[in-house]
Amino acid sequence: MTPMQSILDYFASDGAEWLQMVAEHLQVSALALAIAVLVAVPAGILCSRSALADRLATGIAGVLRIVPSLAVLIICVPYLGVGTLPAVVALTVLAIPPILINTAVAFRNVPSEMIEAARGLGMSPTQMFWRIQVPLAFPVAFSGIRTASIEVIASASLAAYIGAGGLGVLIYTGIGAMRNDLLWIGGLSVAALSLLTSRLLAAADNLVRRRLHLA
Amino acid sequence: MDAAGPSSDPGCDGMSGFIDYVTRHADDLLEATLEHLWLTGATLVLAIALAAIVTMVCLRSRRLGDAVVEVLGAIYSIPSLALFALLIPLTGLGFTSAVIVMVVYCQFMLVRNALEGIRGVDPDILEAAEGLGMSPRQVMIRVRLPLALPTIIAGVRLAAISTIGIATIAASINAGGLGLILFSGLRTLDVDKILAGTLCCMALALVVDALLKRLEALTSRGISLRELS
Repeated sequence: MTPMQSILDYFASDGAEWLQMVAEHLQVSALALAIAVLVAVPAGILCSRSALADRLATGIAGVLRIVPSLAVLIICVPYLGVGTLPAVVALTVLAIPPILINTAVAFRNVPSEMIEAARGLGMSPTQMFWRIQVPLAFPVAFSGIRTASIEVIASASLAAYIGAGGLGVLIYTGIGAMRNDLLWIGGLSVAALSLLTSRLLAAADNLVRRRLHLA
Repeated sequence: MDAAGPSSDPGCDGMSGFIDYVTRHADDLLEATLEHLWLTGATLVLAIALAAIVTMVCLRSRRLGDAVVEVLGAIYSIPSLALFALLIPLTGLGFTSAVIVMVVYCQFMLVRNALEGIRGVDPDILEAAEGLGMSPRQVMIRVRLPLALPTIIAGVRLAAISTIGIATIAASINAGGLGLILFSGLRTLDVDKILAGTLCCMALALVVDALLKRLEALTSRGISLRELS
């Protein structure tokens, strides 16, 4: 059987299973990313205002940078068991540092003249935050979210090793059974998913930037 | 196994259990760490050699350089497990596949930083060097490369840290290293083992990073002294 044929056979017989894995992959990734954004964006804003919080966050992020993502996933298993829960927890932990650091940098780098000018115009702190700081901080903060998304999609393929499903299962099974068709399908699906995500986020980034400049 | 204690509770043996594990398995840990170092070291040496060639080609035209960095960036965003999977049908399980994937990965960080460093040299300095009658080759070797060296080494540091992390995944395609300790700890739900493997990775990353940081500082200091004289 040619490789192409075995791949087509797989989709003919197990197409539904493949879709299920894509859905699992995206669900776990999206959930982890959403939690990470909810935690890391406010924390990042706090860090831009407090030197102590900033030092703490930079320290933790520095340590996390040298912990392999595989280790973060595996260490959750003895405590949380196998399945979706440890995967979401681990992926959230991996997603927080880039979002937090970029948000902190973004809000700290809003030029103070802009804030002075806004105050001069009689804006309240809430107005200043939403109309001046958020739009100006957006590009850098969002690039942290993009970095985190790519990392989460990538690490979610490792989540198969801790029983959380996703497209990694194809690769995991392919290695175990030495089935090249599964390796091809798994590898290409994961690669396509991550490239697609990064294109999509780049487009979203451009769109919002354009909106902000128009506003 | 202690029959009295609830062995399902991962935190039950605490710190002393961890130290006990490390002392009993020091040989295994050292062997896995050395294997990991070998995997990482081979990758970095090959990756730097390849990046040097790619960078030299890219310096011929700005557009070519930008395009290459873009493509390398796209490859870098592909999860390593996917690249491992795609390579296994071609080069099989084991060391070779792992190293090829990791070498390809490193190219983005290495080439991007090298190009940035070499292109970023102050034009006034280049003009001065040309004014001294240096040939383009001399300008490259004696002016541009030394001035770009800190940026280049910063790229090597990034590549080294990321390779040490990715190399753990290589255990899943039979390339050995500290990933073996992690996977075996996962199978037996042994927190001490997982923790020991993780800490060995972190220690390796810290040592390699510190050494490269030292090198980075040395090269930038060497240049500033030369500039003064």
